[in-house]
Formats: sequence, structure tokens, C-alpha cells
Amino acid sequence: MPASNGHGLTLAEKVLSRASGLPTVVPGQIVDGNVDLAMMHEQGAQTVGPFHDMGAKAVWDPERVVIAIDHWVPASTEGAAILHRILRQFAKEQNLSHFYDVGNHGICHQILAEHGWVVPGDLAVGTDSHTNMLGAMGAVATGIGPTEMAAVLALGRLWLKVPPTIRVHVKGRLGRGVRAKDLILRVLKETTTTGAAYKAVEFAGPTIESFSMPERFTLCNMTTEMGAKCGMVAPDATTEEYLRGIAKHPMHPLQPDADARYERTIEIDVDDMPPMVACPYSPDNVRPLPDVVAEHVRVDQVFLGSCTNARIEDIRDAAALMKGQKVAPGVRFIVSPASTSIYQQCLHEGLIDIFTEAGAVFTNSSCSACFGGNMGILAPDEVCASSSNRNFPGRMGAKNARIYLMSPIATVATAIRGEISDPREML
Amino acid sequence: MQDVIEGRVWTLGRDVDTDGIISGKYLTVIDPNELKKHVLEIALPEFAAAARPGDILVADENFGSGSSREHAPQALKAIGVAAIIADSFARIFFRNSINLGLPAIEARGVRALFETGDTARLEMTAGRVTNRRTGRSIEFPPLPHHLLDLLEAGGLVEKVRAELAARTAGAPA
Ligand code: SF4
Repeated sequence: MPASNGHGLTLAEKVLSRASGLPTVVPGQIVDGNVDLAMMHEQGAQTVGPFHDMGAKAVWDPERVVIAIDHWVPASTEGAAILHRILRQFAKEQNLSHFYDVGNHGICHQILAEHGWVVPGDLAVGTDSHTNMLGAMGAVATGIGPTEMAAVLALGRLWLKVPPTIRVHVKGRLGRGVRAKDLILRVLKETTTTGAAYKAVEFAGPTIESFSMPERFTLCNMTTEMGAKCGMVAPDATTEEYLRGIAKHPMHPLQPDADARYERTIEIDVDDMPPMVACPYSPDNVRPLPDVVAEHVRVDQVFLGSCTNARIEDIRDAAALMKGQKVAPGVRFIVSPASTSIYQQCLHEGLIDIFTEAGAVFTNSSCSACFGGNMGILAPDEVCASSSNRNFPGRMGAKNARIYLMSPIATVATAIRGEISDPREML
Repeated sequence: MQDVIEGRVWTLGRDVDTDGIISGKYLTVIDPNELKKHVLEIALPEFAAAARPGDILVADENFGSGSSREHAPQALKAIGVAAIIADSFARIFFRNSINLGLPAIEARGVRALFETGDTARLEMTAGRVTNRRTGRSIEFPPLPHHLLDLLEAGGLVEKVRAELAARTAGAPA
């Protein structure tokens, strides 16, 4: 039996102690956690069958279930339309009123964030791997499959192995044209796609403390690419400010203990760090952007979107560089805001004009081109620059299409020049 | 759950991600029998046509990385894969597999032990995997009890069904 060995707890350990009602937990221990929030997107349609097969009659707590469709919105195929219908029927049958349907939609993680569905101290699960993003609230937020979600809906809990924690301590100031996305790519270079497998990643240090919530979301979002169970930032005044007036549940702001035990600490100084780019075909194939710029990599498509980087702050940042410029001939630039409310903000602030006048296509909010199943699909041999989080073979369409991951502002620089470019040369 | 599983081996490299197992364009397909036609289309294109029920996949590190799509283990199960043994797994894929009753076994060094076409003998509770052709074997930490129980029950659906039924039976009338 694992027992307390007399040292403090990391943030993930604190949250899992709370979720499991245990005074302390140790890495490797298997605990039953009470779930504070369960989120489903289209994949949740596959939850319905197992839920009924389990003999479950009612969802454990309809107030703690959110459904947000995002991959195909509005439905772009008959198959997607059927998934949406299954979810609508299930929501009706189970009185699940927190359904973000077409017209009130957005990428599921962004919906959870902007409506205050996940708060500090929570254990949150979602049927999407990037649920990790919500760890920026000081919560343990993680992705699960649809059958497991059926068990969560039936029982309100799930088993978890307490993960060891990697601490990423960041100091320094991001330079001109360098963004949170560049930092997380830099961290991925260090951890690789397997270096945080099954682990928690806790971001800390003066740089992180100075980060806004959107920047923290970007960091935690891509802990999924490290294989991490969750990525987290300890809650502070910035978290509280973000959640003021929107938090759906009482907060339990927990802090890691000063004598917490970390499996490893990664120290990063972002002073003088250049922008980064993840080259094909892995998010950890990270190089300094100037090195790639020197190779004159022509692009066919540029995508500014996804749960990683399509918040209003990202789009404003990108629009400031786009303003008065044109998308290079022969390049398709797709801009897709992360939610309907962000879309509306873009409209009101005149940002849509900036992009469409430049020759970009500004789409409805959805996962859009991110996953190669909806729109903006790449043909064989095409090259795409993207603000999203994955560049595996076939991720955005053809198996050999090449995807380069970068910050939103770098996507704009690339769209303007038609080849992978450094935004610092244009600021 | 069978304690000993023997089957023909297909080997795969490292970082086989969920897009490589079932590509994003099939995500609206729910029927596992339809999905299985496209299984490993990107990572091992010859597999779907030649696979036989009872085959075993042997992969390098980080098998199943990427998305939370349960289509991936579902399609593998539908085509008859009896077990997946890998140097390591991505976490959601691992959970999804076990939840569906498809054994996912982490055995460090397993990829180096096999070539496609070999026969693997997997001893679940003993924690050993043997290449029948070469006679070489390696040991691995057996799955923790509650996961073996989950496989024994036939997956999470069966396990929760039993739990809910017991609850109802024990409830006051
Ligand atoms: S935007 Fe991309 S990574 Fe994010 S939830 Fe949608 S498909 Fe997944």
C-alpha cells in the first residue's frame, strides 16, 4: 500500500487527493476520482451505446455535463449529421441542458474555458485528447475515450493512476514576435512526444506568472503532444480574474507544496529565444524558425485556427500584422476562430475585414482544417503552415502532406510571403 | 480473458499515432465492421487485407499517440487483433484498449524481439512474451489487478453493468 512518505504534494497530487477524498496520494497509486466536469464532443455519440449497454438509466449529474460539437459544424457530411443527432437525442432524454449546438458553438475546450466550466481544483474529463488545455485553470483535466465516458456518466467517477510530475520552470521575457506557442514548442523539443507520457506537467516560474490565461491555455493544450496526462498552472490572481462572474462552480484553488517532489525539472530561459517551428512529421521535430526560413519552404496553405491558438488575442495579434498586406498569390489562408463569441468579437473589431481584404478566407468557428476530416484538406505533396498542434502524417489530409506548426503571428508572416517566414522581419 | 494468447505477429515502428491507425476522414463511421477495412491504412497499408483473427501487433514506443479516438482500438478489435504488445503506449489509447477488452501490454524491448510473421506467445499474468521461432523471451510487469479484472470482465461496459446491477439488487425496495 502506498503511504505518505512525508513530503509535500505537487499540484496534480493535490487535485487528485481532493478528487479521491484521500489526505495524500503518491505517484503510481491508483485512485477513484470524483469527476467535477465531463465534456463530450462528437465522439460522445459513441458514449451513448455503451451507456445504455451498461444498464445505466440516468446521468449521475446533468449539471456537470457539457456537450459541445465542434469537429463538423455545421455538419459537413451525413455521418457527422448523424453523430449530432445522436447527441441531441441523448441530451433531451437525459435532460442535459448545457449543449452548445450549431449557432452557439465553438471548439469544445474553448467553450469550457470561456463559460467557466472548469475551475481551480477540479477533476475534468473530456472525450478529446486536448482536454489537457483546461489544466491552465489549476485543474486536472484529461482526455478519455467514449466508453470510459459512459462509465463516468453512469458513476460520476473514474480510476486514475496518480502521475509523477515534471516541472517546467520558465524565466525571462519573450522577445518581440515570440509567443507562448514558441515556448511550448521549445519545451516539446526537450520532452519529445514521449517524455511526459502518463505524467503531469506543471508550468511555473516568473514567465508563466506573467502569462495571460490564453497563453497558459496554449501551453497546457500541447502537453497532449508530450503524451502527458495533464498540463497545469497553479491558480493565481490572473486565473481568478478570468473566472470572475463566469465560474460555474465554487473554486478550490490549490497550490503545490514548496517541498513537493518532482520527477524532473526543466529550466527554460526565454530571454533571446527565437520563434520556433515544429517540422514534419512530429510536433517534437522543433527547430528555430530562422533555420527553416533559410531553407525557403514554399507553402500551399496556411491555417490560423484550432484549440491551441485561435482565441481573440491570437487573432488580434495576427490581424495587426495582416493589416494592409496581401496573402501571397497561390496561397490559401484559412482563419477559423475558436468559438462563436470570438467570431463575433472579430466581426465587431473589424478583424474579419482585415483578413478577407487580404485574400484570406475567414470561416465559421470549428476545428476547421485542424484534423483533415472537415475542410481545408491538403492534397498529396502540399505544404501547410499551421497554428494548430499536430503535424503527423495524414493529419490534415494526404499522408505525405507536410505541416509546419508555429505561432499565429508566424502563420501570417508565412501567408504574406508564401514561404515559411519570421514575423520579426515584418514588425 | 485468456491468460495465454498465441498469434501471428505484425510489427510496427515507433510513434504509430491514431491518425495512422484510423485517419480523421473515417471519424464519422461508427460501425466497427466498416472501420476495420481502413485500419492501419496509413501506418501499415497491407494489414487490413491480410489480417487474420488472432493476430498480434508488436510495436515500438508510443503506440497509439495522438487523439482520444476510440475508433482506433475498436477497429483493431473488430479485425480480430488478439493483443497489442508495445515498448510503450500513449495513455488514452492504452485506456481505451483495456476498456474495450483488448489486451494492451507494455513490454520494454518487445519490438526488437520480433519480425513480422513470427509467432508470439503472451503470458498475461506471468508477465512473459516469447518468440516461438527464436525461442527468445522477455518479461514485463503484469497489468495491475484492477486492469486484469477489467479484461476478465470483458471490458468496462460489462464491469459497470455488473456494478449497477449489484447496486439495484442491493437497493431497498
Ligand atoms: S481544434 Fe484540432 S486539436 Fe483542437 S479539438 Fe479540434 S481537432 Fe482536436
